[in-house]
Amino acid sequence: MTTIEPHRVRAGRGSELGLLLLALMVGIGAYALVGLGVEGEVPADVVGYSTGLTALALLMHVVLRWRAPYADPVILPLTVGLNGVGLAMIYRLDLAYAAKPNHDSGFAGRQLAWTAISVALAAAVLILLRDHRTLRRYTYTAMVVGLGLVALPLVPGIGQQINGARIWAHIGPIGMQPAEFAKIALAVFFAGYLVTHRDTLALAGSKVLGLQLPRARDLGPIIIVWAASLAVLVFERDLGTSLLLFGMFVAMLYLATERLSWVVIGLLLFVGGAALAATAFSHVGARFEAWLHAFDPDVYGRSPGGSGQLVQGLFGMAGGGLFGTGLGQGRPDMVPYAESDFIVASLGEELGLTGLMALLMISLVLAERGLRTAIGVRDGFGKLLAGGLAFVVAFQTFVVVGGVTRLIPLTGLTTPFLAYGGSSLLANWVIVALLLRISNDARRPAPVVSALTPAGGIPVPAPQDDPTERFGRVR
Amino acid sequence: MNQPLRRLATVVIVMFVALMAGATWVQFAQAKDLNADPRNARTLYREFGNARGPIVVQGKAVAESVKVDDPFQYQRRYSDGELYSAVTGFYSIVNGSTELEYAENDNLTGRSDQLFFTRVRDLLTGRQPEGAAVETTLNRAAQKAAFEGLGDQEGAVVAIEPATGRILALVSTPGYDPNDLASHSSKKASSAYARLRDEDGNPLRSNATRETYPPGSTFKLVTAAAALESGEYDETSEIPAPVRLDLPQSTASIGNFGGGGCGANPITLAQALRVSCNTAFAQLGMDLGDDALREQAQRFGFDDADLTIPMGTATSHFPADANAPQTAQSAIGQFDVAATPLQMAMVSAAIANGGRLMTPYVVDRVRAADLSVVSETKPSLLSTAVSPGTASALKEMMLGVVESGTGTAAKISGVQVAGKTGTAQNAEGQAPHAWFTAFAPADKPQVAVAVIVEHGGSAGNEATGGRVAAPIARAVIEAVLNK
Repeated sequence: MTTIEPHRVRAGRGSELGLLLLALMVGIGAYALVGLGVEGEVPADVVGYSTGLTALALLMHVVLRWRAPYADPVILPLTVGLNGVGLAMIYRLDLAYAAKPNHDSGFAGRQLAWTAISVALAAAVLILLRDHRTLRRYTYTAMVVGLGLVALPLVPGIGQQINGARIWAHIGPIGMQPAEFAKIALAVFFAGYLVTHRDTLALAGSKVLGLQLPRARDLGPIIIVWAASLAVLVFERDLGTSLLLFGMFVAMLYLATERLSWVVIGLLLFVGGAALAATAFSHVGARFEAWLHAFDPDVYGRSPGGSGQLVQGLFGMAGGGLFGTGLGQGRPDMVPYAESDFIVASLGEELGLTGLMALLMISLVLAERGLRTAIGVRDGFGKLLAGGLAFVVAFQTFVVVGGVTRLIPLTGLTTPFLAYGGSSLLANWVIVALLLRISNDARRPAPVVSALTPAGGIPVPAPQDDPTERFGRVR
Repeated sequence: MNQPLRRLATVVIVMFVALMAGATWVQFAQAKDLNADPRNARTLYREFGNARGPIVVQGKAVAESVKVDDPFQYQRRYSDGELYSAVTGFYSIVNGSTELEYAENDNLTGRSDQLFFTRVRDLLTGRQPEGAAVETTLNRAAQKAAFEGLGDQEGAVVAIEPATGRILALVSTPGYDPNDLASHSSKKASSAYARLRDEDGNPLRSNATRETYPPGSTFKLVTAAAALESGEYDETSEIPAPVRLDLPQSTASIGNFGGGGCGANPITLAQALRVSCNTAFAQLGMDLGDDALREQAQRFGFDDADLTIPMGTATSHFPADANAPQTAQSAIGQFDVAATPLQMAMVSAAIANGGRLMTPYVVDRVRAADLSVVSETKPSLLSTAVSPGTASALKEMMLGVVESGTGTAAKISGVQVAGKTGTAQNAEGQAPHAWFTAFAPADKPQVAVAVIVEHGGSAGNEATGGRVAAPIARAVIEAVLNK
């Protein structure tokens, strides 16, 4: 053994480029079809639009080639695909809104601008953050930032109550939903905290009903996060963010400790808290009422807090049926907030159940690639961070789409990548950038491993450097 | 940490499977119910946003959807709205829809099951779906003759092709202009509806099919049919015909029109029908009994609550249980006997068609947007009202009515017209309704018609069926026969 050769790994950048072109075709095709469907002609700016979208996608691709050559080749195309379809739908709604007097329009232009900013930010993250483990150093900074962001809408003068929920913060002319960024900061904090304390938290306490409970003294952190979530629910009237942050924490707690008891305790705490809040606070109760008795004429007609929007969304989806009305041929604009909270209903109406299934599959694969990254990466912090971020994207999709399809009570979250909203888009692109960064580490061949390749023979897999981490090997 | 990550991955898959199931529930399993929800304005928009099929009379659309520049995209337009209002009804966002617009909605919107393959093809080819055309059996000339004949008088005309049941004319006056109701401005449409609803003569309700009247002497055709069918009478049978007939079990009595006699006493059945002798028919009715009269009436279509043409119709009625004086009144089409003009046209049509009553219908064909025929109405037998012998005897007697009886105003040179007049008492102090029902030509009937002019129309108390209604029937017959 005289030479040390790195084991040859397919980085997958070529596949990524191919998939990117496919994703761009879907997004640009949808944009053109919207024009055809609504106005009978391809939008005049289709060339400029295609060029812009393609440039953004290629920018990310080039950055990946340069700074993260082993990153997962599927994540970026999936994201570009979702973002493109979302843009086309928002453009379609814009055309409908423009025809209405006194209705705000111009969402598509703003969303495109936000996409550009988001991609730039994601590229910056990839360029500046050479190793995700750096983030672990900022565990407690992240906590402060995360909690600060969550609390920001409550600050007088900055926070603003819109449609009953206090989830907006306005700093100067720029409005944002800080909770979207809080979930990243809190994911970093949870990952850093849990990777340090996992052993303590996993210590066994008493056993009840066959379930190994943690020690009572270790309940502190979960109680704190629970209280924070309930505070969000009660003071900001935001069931969605509350559920999202708490769900992410419980999932990461489970990842760190491998104890099912944490999940059970978490679920019980949340259900108990939510039930308490539902009886104590009318606005939370109204959400449940609108969910359970959506078609009740009283509940339907009530405003605010009724089920009108939900039921209109259901009507839209039902109108789309199996194959949809086709882009530009339905009436998604009849649902309030069709471009943001209810973009799923809009997509369901015009693309049908078939199209919606495809979009859900894309989201699912995106989340699963994130989880795959978590399995692949070797360090505990990376595993927790990637697992938590991937889960939060999936969970957010579940909470929104579940709300719109009346699977669970409706909350005010936005569908990742599809819905209109700068904060959501920025935050989710940063998540994607982090997942790409971590996946680069996960898929990079182990630095000092030799391939024992007999002359003319079949390559022998390199010896496992750590048997406990064998699942972490790159395929 | 890999084991919990794998479990978490499974949890994520379960979450998404739940979402897919939820979406399937909404978009597939529940879709039909959701689309049918009355709060679903989207269904309305889609209906109005698609080109609704036209309603066609002899190749020309009398109701069609025209592209307009508003959120509904298509405006329903009615050419000759008032002339056809009893057939087309109206189609309105605000006021709903009636008559053919309502009854044929699934075909007009293109949603009916028969149009399934057309829909699939539209979906695959990306063609804008279009509703099917509903082609009616109406005859433009007959419809116009009826409408102009009634003029400003309240009433109705129904003309049927006896051999098939095809409805050739269906007019109700006063009519209305459906265009007012179909306006997309909800203010305009509602105020038009309120105005028509409160107007005298209830224009929104079709007198021809949805209103029942005492049929008066035209019902003597049914009584005569019952007599002939019983086998105990023929057209020469003699019946007592006093100037006044005292009714048993009561102090009431029945007299003849104008208070006189019937020219003879006793009188033959044919003669009694020719001069429309009340006392003779009242006596005949009592002799036959209410059961026989009811059975005969039902064989002509009375008491059939399910008749649709395909619009719904009011049920013509013969009293369920009548004592002798009530039976006497019923035999001359008074008391609680009630008939739609459509029903009386069916009586004539059955007699004209050798006793075979064909199901009346107004939709001839349904044609998809690509002009392929989706469905075609085949003539069908509704009931055998009388035997061919009875039918031919009744025809001879009805010819007498027009030749030299109460219905001479219906005479057409060169055409044998068989008819029967009626002058029906209704409310106290109101002029009687003028009826006439007839068919022609007697040897090979092409049209059977019933006319009612409410409260004698412009002639008022002076009106008789022979004087007021018969000329309108003649005009309709002439129009059908191209005279």
